[in-house]
Amino acid sequence: MKEPLLEVRDLWVEVEGKEVLKGVSLIIPKGETHALFGRNGSGKTTLLMTIMGFPSYRVKHGKIFFKGEDITHLPPYERAQRGIGIMFQRPPTIRGVKLREMLSLCAKENGVKIEELAREFGFEPFLDRDVNRGFSGGELKKSELLQLLVQDPDLALIDEPESGVDVENLQVISRMIRRLLQKDTHRPRTKSGLIITHTGFILQYVPADLGYVMIEGQIYCRGNPLEIFEGIQKHGYEECVSCLRRIGGA
Amino acid sequence: MSEKDRRSLEPKLENFRPAKEGQAPRSLEELSPEEWAHLKEAGFDTQIPKEGEFFQADAHVVQCRSLPEGLELMPVTEALQRYDWIGDYWWKAVSAEKDVYTRATAEDLDEGYFIRVLPGYRLVYPVTACLYIRTPEVVQKVHNLVIVEEGAELNLITSCTTHPGVRSGFHIGVSEFYVKRNGKLTFTMIHEWAEELHVRPRTGIIVEEGGTYVSTYVTLHQVATVQSFPHCRLVGPGARATFGSVVVAPKGSLLDLGAQISLEAPGTRAEIISRSVSTGGETIARGHLIGKAPEIKAHLECQGLMLSDEGAIKAIPQLDAYYANVDMSHEAAVGKIAQEEIEYLMARGLSEEEATSLIVRGFLKVRIEGLPETLQKRIDQAVELARAGL
Repeated sequence: MKEPLLEVRDLWVEVEGKEVLKGVSLIIPKGETHALFGRNGSGKTTLLMTIMGFPSYRVKHGKIFFKGEDITHLPPYERAQRGIGIMFQRPPTIRGVKLREMLSLCAKENGVKIEELAREFGFEPFLDRDVNRGFSGGELKKSELLQLLVQDPDLALIDEPESGVDVENLQVISRMIRRLLQKDTHRPRTKSGLIITHTGFILQYVPADLGYVMIEGQIYCRGNPLEIFEGIQKHGYEECVSCLRRIGGA
Repeated sequence: MSEKDRRSLEPKLENFRPAKEGQAPRSLEELSPEEWAHLKEAGFDTQIPKEGEFFQADAHVVQCRSLPEGLELMPVTEALQRYDWIGDYWWKAVSAEKDVYTRATAEDLDEGYFIRVLPGYRLVYPVTACLYIRTPEVVQKVHNLVIVEEGAELNLITSCTTHPGVRSGFHIGVSEFYVKRNGKLTFTMIHEWAEELHVRPRTGIIVEEGGTYVSTYVTLHQVATVQSFPHCRLVGPGARATFGSVVVAPKGSLLDLGAQISLEAPGTRAEIISRSVSTGGETIARGHLIGKAPEIKAHLECQGLMLSDEGAIKAIPQLDAYYANVDMSHEAAVGKIAQEEIEYLMARGLSEEEATSLIVRGFLKVRIEGLPETLQKRIDQAVELARAGL
């Protein structure tokens, strides 16, 4: 088996006094992309936010290991410095801070060429605008992905990259994610990803190695992501529940 | 009596020595490297391109030179002797009887600058002026007069600061600005005073038809008290005024700031934008817009960030309308930094302190319409320099 990059072990998480995750376990090996399916409110975003370490997501039980280190109680910036990055679904506006400045803070002198990357993805005109200020849905996604590309994390947590994006932008966004997760290289990949997708469309452009279904704060199913997605499209999430009941897994 | 109560008291003139007793340098070359460092931080830099330069230490004009044709720059006492028409302007935008400080200045003047831009001259580079308190415990009473004639344009940057060794003093600055038809005056004032300094600017502005006045005020360092409430009259159709202020109130500072704009002709426009941050001090952001003519448009925006449970931010907006056909509005918001923004930046690898500092700097980088890009950059630089203290 490949070296695990991220290991989530029996994670129970509370948000504002409400138990959201109820014993989640998963392992993402180095170089793999995993997809997380589930209804709105099933706990997908909570899992990502907890892996990133935001304080309002309180770990009641369980552990998170990254590169073999227990990071369960590290603040977000220390996790970022260790190589975890997140794409926010609804990022805030940072008034008075130019995207260019934000990107150079993300880069931390890692040598990534900010201008070149921005130009490649048609985002150069936004470099001198305030971070996320007045950005459309597609622009927000591109801004987020550009920040991640500059940050160059080993594990990218990607929350609903296709939501609110038109077809044309979806292609650019997919190219950005492919770059982030080294989908176009033939060498052994070193970058890993965990992608939340509600619709599953992004998987047509960004292949995943393993898929999970999350229902009510628990992971119910692991398997081939395309097969899982087809199943969900045909039968809905209820089928996952009854399927697991039939095989006695839940 | 608490420290806050003590500071809020009006400073007494008799507690300070006359500025005329100060030992002024004969030239700028006599200033020490430490003084220069301080002056540069307050925005006074002899190296940048400029049209003219004025430097007053205590009650003495040390440097006064102007380069281009069309610009008159001189100590105000010289202008009072030279021009018999000056009475049309002197104490006409600010009343000498306004308060104890204007009366004291009228009775015993410690200089000030006179600047006049002749009709049609649009100066490219700024004129820089510095009012400097070099001697401890003095009261400096200056009176400035600026006239921008028809179709002329002036960028004036005033840096007000103290010798690094001066902790205590009192600055009274009366300023009267006249912007004639289709003229434009961009006035930027950067204050960098000392912990026990009291400051009382008294400013009046009159803008004629089609004229524009853009004022920007920056204070980012500790000062005992500042109380300033310029009164701007837009007397000709289409005249405009914008007041922007970027204010940080550290512990120990009481800053009572604002502006009053009186829109007295049809088609006039006014805007007041203030950004205040309290790191333990108190700031009052006042704004008073008076619509005395139809078809005017005026807007007031006060935003405050409280970074501490000490200190205070008070936003006091006021709108007065006297005609049906006016468009006047205000918005005020005071709060803390959004946790969501801090967390967002932390996810990008910034510590909580770095994230807070970045957000505060961004908050203070207000964009003031009509302010030349070079001046905007200098204000942004001043905010950057103050970063360590935020």
